[in-house]
Amino acid sequence: MELLALFISAILVNNFVLYYFLGICPFLGVSKKIDSALSMGLAVTFVMTITAVVSWMINHWILIPYKLDYLQIVSFILVIASLVQLVEMFIRKASPALYQALGIYLPLITTNCAIMGLALLAALKNFSFLKTVTFGIGSGLGFTLAIVLMASIREQLDLSDVPKPLKGAGIALIVAGIMALAFQGFSGMIK
Amino acid sequence: MMNIAIPILTMAALGFFFALGLAVAYQKLKVEEDPKIEMVFELLPMANCGACGFSGCHAFAVAVVKGEVEPNGCPVGGEEVATNIADALGLSAGEVIRKVARVHCRGNREAAKTRGQYLGIPSCAASHLVGGNKQCSFGCMGFGDCVDACLFDAMYMGNDGLPVILEEKCSACGKCVDACPRGIIELHPIAQNIMVFCQSLDSGKTARKVCKNACIACGICVRACPEGIIMEDNLAKITDQTKISPEQITAIEKCPTKAIGRIHKEEYER
Repeated sequence: MELLALFISAILVNNFVLYYFLGICPFLGVSKKIDSALSMGLAVTFVMTITAVVSWMINHWILIPYKLDYLQIVSFILVIASLVQLVEMFIRKASPALYQALGIYLPLITTNCAIMGLALLAALKNFSFLKTVTFGIGSGLGFTLAIVLMASIREQLDLSDVPKPLKGAGIALIVAGIMALAFQGFSGMIK
Repeated sequence: MMNIAIPILTMAALGFFFALGLAVAYQKLKVEEDPKIEMVFELLPMANCGACGFSGCHAFAVAVVKGEVEPNGCPVGGEEVATNIADALGLSAGEVIRKVARVHCRGNREAAKTRGQYLGIPSCAASHLVGGNKQCSFGCMGFGDCVDACLFDAMYMGNDGLPVILEEKCSACGKCVDACPRGIIELHPIAQNIMVFCQSLDSGKTARKVCKNACIACGICVRACPEGIIMEDNLAKITDQTKISPEQITAIEKCPTKAIGRIHKEEYER
């Protein structure tokens, strides 16, 4: 039950994009088409889940036993960077079209603070292994949900008459703000 | 001493571990790419405009290396890039004729009559759906879809409601040609100095009624130079610019509505 609550809260209540405001770069950059937004979301979910697992192992088996907690950030960056490289190689091999569509935002998952935030939050809250994994998957799905919703809205925005000064990033940021307000409505759901 | 050694060794070990993992993965997931593609790609202008007909500069580079297009396929790079690519690949460059976009309409605010006030979405595409804002259903509507489409700042909307093309900046990418719902813009070789400034297929009477500068299909130009100009669907059409002699151009310029004639530099400095 506790795990389920954590899972739901990671998706809706403590959504990384709309609650913590982490990972805004791909959120705005790859949210022009639903297809590529979904792929981006899934790529981030994959990286988040594996990062959660590997960083938990490093944290609990290496860093804490040797009292090296201060190396958390450095070693988590290492984990994230390697995983992103792996995902990039895999996508390039498996789907060159997707590789083109994600473009620069794929390697930029490395510097996506949502993933770093996930690893550090899990370590800070001292989650158990199962909880960490749940948190990772939930957060990834939360990111996917946010970016796909955003992409759907932006596809509609392309067809509407946006005032000139707000075109492009301006209206996207306003939409993101309104979405974040809407997501605040979930905050009473889980204590 | 141990306080320093342990973290260093730990990080080194972790780094080595991940490096090993990536090295193995790289071997398994390697994508073979012709080194020539990279070489050609670096010679391109990186405008990623799609004027060559491919999705971007990288796709063009792939096609050139495969031999699907000639090295001169990049209109933005022009002759220089074509020669560089040809040199790099050991091919002949082929001749590059520099082209520019030109607007086949002179129906400016003064000349062309409006149908009424158009209050819809200010874009040519939308206006065209409801028949446009002008009585002439072939002419420029002046909302500047072409100007918005231009990637090279080579266009602006003139004060008279017609787009102006700065020929020195135009790279003939064809974005404006695609953007115009009425097909008013065409690419011409830059050397071509005479053109028809009208697209109207209306009968002479109707054309004259709706626009002072329309081609009214009177045939003066065709009589002046039957070899190079023909009349097709109430519109003069230049079939072969090279067959029009300078004397004939003078005769052609007697056009009562000035719908055909030399391209004057002033045209572009409105």
